[in-house]
Formats: sequence, C-alpha cells, structure tokens
Amino acid sequence: MASEGHKLAIFRGLLKFKSNQQKIWGVLIFLSIVTTVEVALGIIKPEILMGSFLKMKILNWIFIILTIVKAYYIGWDFMHIRDEKSGLKNSIVLPLLILIPYLAFILLIEADYIFDVMDSGFVAWNF
Amino acid sequence: MEVTANAAAENEEVWGGGNRPLNASYGKMMMWFFIVSDALTFTGFLVSYGFSRFKNINSWPIADEVFTHFPFLHGIDAPMYYVALMTFILIFSSVTMVLAVDAGHHMQKSRVTFYMLLTIIGGAIFVGSQAWEWKNFIKGEYGAVETRGGQILQFVDASTGKRAAIQEFAIGVETDRTTHQSSNGIWYSAETSLPTVSLAEVKKGFLADENLVIRTQELNDQGQKTVLSRAESMGKLNNAVAVVEGANLIHNEYGNRLFADFFFFITGFHGFHVLSGVVINIIIFFNVILGTYERRGHYEMVEKVGLYWHFVDLVWVFVFTFFYLV
Repeated sequence: MASEGHKLAIFRGLLKFKSNQQKIWGVLIFLSIVTTVEVALGIIKPEILMGSFLKMKILNWIFIILTIVKAYYIGWDFMHIRDEKSGLKNSIVLPLLILIPYLAFILLIEADYIFDVMDSGFVAWNF
Repeated sequence: MEVTANAAAENEEVWGGGNRPLNASYGKMMMWFFIVSDALTFTGFLVSYGFSRFKNINSWPIADEVFTHFPFLHGIDAPMYYVALMTFILIFSSVTMVLAVDAGHHMQKSRVTFYMLLTIIGGAIFVGSQAWEWKNFIKGEYGAVETRGGQILQFVDASTGKRAAIQEFAIGVETDRTTHQSSNGIWYSAETSLPTVSLAEVKKGFLADENLVIRTQELNDQGQKTVLSRAESMGKLNNAVAVVEGANLIHNEYGNRLFADFFFFITGFHGFHVLSGVVINIIIFFNVILGTYERRGHYEMVEKVGLYWHFVDLVWVFVFTFFYLV
C-alpha cells in the first residue's frame, strides 16, 4: 500500500493533510486534546455534569463518548482502517459493534438487578 | 466463443492463487482476526468489571482516592496525573509506530529503525510505570480494618477531614504473637507475614485519640464515602476482625475486594500485552537493522506488529476510562 493510497482527510473532510505523516501528527494533536479534556474534567468534576442520565452521571457519559471518539481515530488513522476495503472494514468493526454493547447491556442490567436485591434487604451483606 | 475463452482466462486468474480479495495479505488478515478476538477478551474483562461495579454501585472505591501517587512528589495528592502521563506516553509510542510504518512504505530503512527504537522505549517506559503503579497499590497507604462481612473500615481525622494512617495512631500492645512458621508448630502450614500493627493496637490507638472517626465503604448522596460519628465509629470498630495493609487478591484496604482483583487482572493482562508487544517490536527492530525487510522488498511485517501495538494502545484508552475516570 503506497502512501498515495492513504485517505488524508479527517473530520469528514473538514481537515485535509498534505501527507500521511502530517495526518499522523494531526491525529496525535487531536488525541492529546481529547485526553487533556478528559483529565481536566476528571479533576475539576464540574457540578453541572454531576446530574444523572440513564442511571449514570452525565460526566461519565462524556468520558465514554470521548473514549469511543479516541478509539475511532486510533483505529481509523493509526491502524489504517480508513484505507481498507469496506468488506474488511465491516468484518472488523461490525462484530465488535454488535457484540460489545450486547454483552454490556445484558451484564449491566443483571448487575443492577442484583444491586436492587441486595439493597432491598433480603441479603445481609453490610456487617 | 470469445466469451467462453475470456471466462476461462478469468477463472484461471481467480482460482490460480495469489489473490487478495480484501486487498489485505494473509498475515495482515490474521492479525486482524487476532485483534478482533482479543478485543472481545478485553471486553469480557471490562464488562465483568462493570458488572461488579454496578452490583456494588453504592460502595465502590473512588479511583481518585486510590491512585494518588506521582514519582518524586511524596505526600502530595495527585490523582490521575500519573496515569494521564502514562496514557500520553502510550499514545506517543503509537505515533512513532505509525511513523515507522509510513517510513516502511517509502522503504526508508534508517527512519524505520529510528522510529521503532522510539516505540520500544515508549513501551518500556509504560511497562515500568505500570509496575510502579502496582507497587504503590500493593503497598497501600493508610491501612484499614476489615469486618467479619468483609467490609473495609477506614479512618479519618475528624478535625482535619484527612485520612489517618493506622500505622501512625496505633499504640503498641505487649504481645508475643509472631509470624507462624511451619517449622515451629504442630500444624505444617506457614502464614503470610503479619501486618505491622495488630488489631488490638489499632483499637487502643483509636480509643486514645478523640478525633478519629470511621469511614465506611458506602457512598452518600454526594458520591463521597460515608463518615460516621465518633459514637457510631466506636460501635462499628467492634465488628472489626483483621487489619488490612495494602491490597492483594484476597484483601484490599481501598474497599471492595473485587476492585483489587479486577485491577490486577485487567491492568495485568494489558501490561502483559504491552510487554509482549515490546518483545515483538524488539525482534522486528533487529530484523529491520539486519535488512531482512529491505531484501524482502516490503516492510509489511512492521505494519503487522504496528497493528498489534495500536491495539494495545486502544485497549489502554478504554482501561484508562473505566478504571480511572468513570
């Protein structure tokens, strides 16, 4: 795969790079900014973001979304998924995209149920 | 006639071998197979961590209070700074790796060598940092006592609101209890070394200092650990059965035992990936120096280990979020 085989635009074409190397540094800067934002939010913990949404703090939702954004750019630009044929792209991404939320959904719902059981006092655990 | 002949020729091409249907070589494809399955393994770990956490949602340890160390800053509360630094190191080593792959595409041997070296150094620093992180976690900081039900009770100085270390407030009690060796007992079993202070010493020290109160595992409405009053604390301390210092797979001074178990398993499994990544990178590094890939005509091997290396970085991004941030 020659360098001209690389797609050099990120953010849906908003940002175009002249060479693959430039793109790499660009993505690094972007990932660093996202990580810095995460750490800053984690240290400050703004009061506005402590509210709850779907049983989880808004702040935690932000962390998870930012993580997935980072994962996307690591996969797409560092691991060159962006340059692969759509068949390969889909066979890598789709199994993960289907199985991971599925597993997480089932286990977290179950854990929430167990929490309720322990919380409603049928089981003594805090002694 | 012509059509038939063409079809035959095409058939020859398709089934004659050497095709790359997805434009990826066999080795690269297999690396992707491995990565997808390994990603699901890590998913299993992280989701079961989530399971345990949701199950104990109102008593889970607060990561900011557990990971507070930074090299050369003793006694300064620095939550997350060090892991953030580790994250940057790993992302940066991912960048040098992708630069090495890029240089490989241009057949620039010296640049590949240089970037591979930087990648190896970054990986080594990361593994070292993780070892240091483990050391602090295992050693513990303040110590705690454990109740019969496995609940952890930590101590707080009510006048300052700061955590109190059991080693500091415990008052010595005369005892001839020593670590039991298999050589001097009728039972042929040894025990692990005793904690530096005994439960009796902790209790005596607690009674002597009016300011000390107990902090339980439960989280209050503000998401902080519940601090009991002095009277409640006295009652609670009677339930204590053991002193816990630091963390291992059985006891954990930071709170829920599962927290330590998952910490060891997930960061350990990831650290093992980084370690093997560094080893593989070193092998490829020497192959690059020896000119193996120069002779082969392409640097695809660098690309393949690159995929693995980025995957390790990718996993860390998730571990970082779920262990330290969320």
